[in-house]
Amino acid sequence: MFMLLTHSQPCFFSFYTNNINMASGQQWVLVEMVQAFYEAPAYHLILEGILILWIIRLLFSKTYKLHETYRLTEKEKEDLIEEWQPEPLVPPVSKDHPSLSYDVVTGPPSHNIIINGKECINFASFNFLGLLDNERVKQKALASLKKYGVGTCGPRGFYGTFDVHLELESRLANFMKTEEAIIYSYGFATIASAIPAYSKRGDIIFVDEAACFSIQKGLQASRSFIKYFKHNDMEDLERLLKEQELEDHKNPRKARVTRKFIVVEGLYINTADICPLPELLKLKYKYKVRIFLEESMSFGVLGEHGRGVTEHFGVNIDDIDLISANMENAVASIGGFCCGRSFVIDHQRLSGQGYCFSASLPPMLAAAAIEALNIMEEDPDIFTVLREKCKHVYTALQGTPGLKLVGVQFAPALHLQLERSSGSRDSDMQLLRTIVEYVSPTRGVALTLARYLEKEERFLPSPSIRVVVTIEQTDQDIQKAVSCIQEAASAVLK
Amino acid sequence: MKAGHVHVHAASHGGLYSRPFIESFEETPMLVAVFTYMSYGILTIFGYLRDFLRHWKIERCNIAREKEEQKDFVPLYQDFENFYNRNIYMRIRDSWNRPLCSVPGAKMDLLEQATHDYNWTFHYTGRVMHDVINLGSYNYLGFADNTGPCADSAAEATMKYGVGVASTRQEIGNLDRHEEMEKLVAKFLGVESAMTFGMGFATNSMNIPALSGKGCLILSDELNHASLVLGARLSGSTIRVFKHNNMQSLEKLLREAIVHGQPRTHRPWKKILIVVEGIYSMEGSVVRLPEVIALKKRYRAYLYLDEAHSIGALGPRGRGVVDYFGLDPCDVDVMMGTFTKSFGAAGGYIAGKRELIEYLRSHSHSAVYATSMSPPVMEQIITSMKCIMGEDGTTMGCERVRQLAKNTVYFRKRLREMGFIIYGNEGSPVVPMMLYMPAKIGAFAREMLKRNIGVVGVGFPATPIIESRARFCISAAHTKDVLDTALSVINEVGDLLQLKYSRRKRQPSLARPFDDNVYEDIDD
Repeated sequence: MFMLLTHSQPCFFSFYTNNINMASGQQWVLVEMVQAFYEAPAYHLILEGILILWIIRLLFSKTYKLHETYRLTEKEKEDLIEEWQPEPLVPPVSKDHPSLSYDVVTGPPSHNIIINGKECINFASFNFLGLLDNERVKQKALASLKKYGVGTCGPRGFYGTFDVHLELESRLANFMKTEEAIIYSYGFATIASAIPAYSKRGDIIFVDEAACFSIQKGLQASRSFIKYFKHNDMEDLERLLKEQELEDHKNPRKARVTRKFIVVEGLYINTADICPLPELLKLKYKYKVRIFLEESMSFGVLGEHGRGVTEHFGVNIDDIDLISANMENAVASIGGFCCGRSFVIDHQRLSGQGYCFSASLPPMLAAAAIEALNIMEEDPDIFTVLREKCKHVYTALQGTPGLKLVGVQFAPALHLQLERSSGSRDSDMQLLRTIVEYVSPTRGVALTLARYLEKEERFLPSPSIRVVVTIEQTDQDIQKAVSCIQEAASAVLK
Repeated sequence: MKAGHVHVHAASHGGLYSRPFIESFEETPMLVAVFTYMSYGILTIFGYLRDFLRHWKIERCNIAREKEEQKDFVPLYQDFENFYNRNIYMRIRDSWNRPLCSVPGAKMDLLEQATHDYNWTFHYTGRVMHDVINLGSYNYLGFADNTGPCADSAAEATMKYGVGVASTRQEIGNLDRHEEMEKLVAKFLGVESAMTFGMGFATNSMNIPALSGKGCLILSDELNHASLVLGARLSGSTIRVFKHNNMQSLEKLLREAIVHGQPRTHRPWKKILIVVEGIYSMEGSVVRLPEVIALKKRYRAYLYLDEAHSIGALGPRGRGVVDYFGLDPCDVDVMMGTFTKSFGAAGGYIAGKRELIEYLRSHSHSAVYATSMSPPVMEQIITSMKCIMGEDGTTMGCERVRQLAKNTVYFRKRLREMGFIIYGNEGSPVVPMMLYMPAKIGAFAREMLKRNIGVVGVGFPATPIIESRARFCISAAHTKDVLDTALSVINEVGDLLQLKYSRRKRQPSLARPFDDNVYEDIDD
């Protein structure tokens, strides 16, 4: 074949140049070919003959399938089906598993809480501004119930949008001084639906290690590349960003369509400290990454008017691409919201899964949130008072024997960890549980262990007791709680 | 799922079905399909033209733009991704997101909205459209009400407990009412125990990962809801999809899975979970539960039944699809449902054996990280459930269930007689009516609203591209007069927009009284 080609090259050449008479040219090529055939050496012909025969054989042989190198008979299949035993649907849970027995609260979960039958002062619910049993909020919710009933019977797209929802969205946007806001009916689902709406397969997200579980679920649902940087370590983040920049230089076409995001929390729920927002903004504009800020713990806590960590640092809110928060902490309702520029937020109305495919927030809960916003706007002093109380608790709990306080001074939800761990997580948890049980119900202070799903968390935080400061706690309450904790710690951790 | 014939299973399948199972999905007429594709083609061409004009600034651009300082960032959205939104969805956007200002009951009040720039922005004229007949809300048993025992108990709970809880179930958010409610749900369904969660969507996406993980197989129906798909993805298991409601496809997958094991390593699967829904809300079809349970028992798989739409809406006692077929609730391993549709509240539940619920109490994502359910919502659920069960001393619950079944049969029969193509099972209160062409979705919704009826139109991507439909949700709160008004208006609009596609012989509507024997053979 090869020989035919090489020998025919001059023939074809002349064929193209002399294309006046096709028939004679063809005949001429044929004669040339036959001549070349006779002139060729023997081994050429033999080799080509073998090649032709091999090709014919391959063309006619059966195709080779990798999977069906064996075929099971029907009887073998039935035997396999008979023999197969699945695992039980759920593994058995031991009767004394610590997460199995819940503490039962009778009555409203507000400042004076009745837990397991004993009345205590609440240092465990995230009721930062004390709005859980505020009369105005309850009255507004009641009025809304009398007008709309309880449920909305549909998602936002199908007659589930009420004027209360639209009002709450515009009030939130006004309060945070952004263009638009969008509300979700469940706090956990807010950031877990927002992240996958923007970040898809192939995009890159830089996340802090101490990110909360709902952020982790959002990251998992987005199928993007996740790069963790050490908690609050801007140098580590810059190192990762620089590495990414080098990658981008190698492959500029891919880099032009790969979106990059940084996801951080304002006040971290797991470590109670604050993110360095001004440095993050510098990194944002230097490396062209977008920032998503999760403000569940800092909305209604930080800042002069309670607008969160952007107001605390005096940062322009337009610089942050998306702020997400849940309304279950300071706002004392149910649900969550995202706010930002219309360009960013409007996209979630069609691609936020928790927004499009789920029923909307019951109108009475939205009305309660609006009234809570009213209270926050009317009286900005409450934020200063809350921060004062946080400072008070922070200084008072320093020096507890055997326990160290984790968090910043103005964080309302602090963690008390063991100073020296005993080595095993279970025994640490047992010690802390003993402290919690010592303190409440006999002493009348309600505390709780911070709960995590041990097998699911990526960076499992150390066991700790959650201490939550609310605005309703008086100085005596704080004094009592601190002395109880110190007594418990010295008794249990000798 | 282009079956053109009617499935009737009475005597076949070894008597698995105690009642006739009649589902129909009439085939799309050829001419209609051709015209629908043509209309999408025309819309696409115009879409390109408008994009071109917008790009060259000949036409004013109303789309929100990225910030000036961030213009050189990687674009947040692919331009093409939004093509459908900008050019097709935007034209008929006013059919969705219509705001209400009253109870979403059988009749509702809508805020009138107007647009001056072809649906890019809306403003409210300030007028209210009163007493619009509501055929779109999921209010199957009519519990969406602001008066009555449910609302009263919810009001009491609001004043006593407040609205929020501010803590998770495992920390300090577990109220005594939560435990009572869970016992009631378990009793209602006839199982050992139950657990409730604050959001129906999250119930699926947070609990399927707890039940199945790597090395497990999930067999999920083609048309499962987004929450089930998300939960299955987050779990990390292998997912295989079987054709909608097709038992042969499911059996084939089961046999293949057990015989061949995991891909490549051929190790046996740890467990196999079949995920189906009670009523599929886009098709109106009911799952073939007796056959699924027979298959599950034969191949030792586990069954996860999502009864979001069917709980309260199907069955002679309102206990869902298990009751509809007269089966034993213990046969279903995981029963899941939501309280949004038939109970007029919000939230979801999972029910089953005690071991399952104990495992979920300690390992569910929601119990550890998500706030517990709000007290007034809980009261609404408790009161409405007691009403359906008859424990509040009245027969109101029983009557509502019966009324819903009557309304369903009547509505479907009349629509079919008029000549529309209706999908789904005879007993399902979700009635999809085929529109096919994209423009008709908008036209139908607008014409119905002009005549004071609110309907829901669904198009791509929730349905296949040429099968757009209008979806009616029947409620027990609809009286016969309301339904008759609605039907005459639908008839009028159907003639106006030429929606009567059905090619079956149309029977004239006889002046027959209501057939009270709803659970005997339905003669058609």
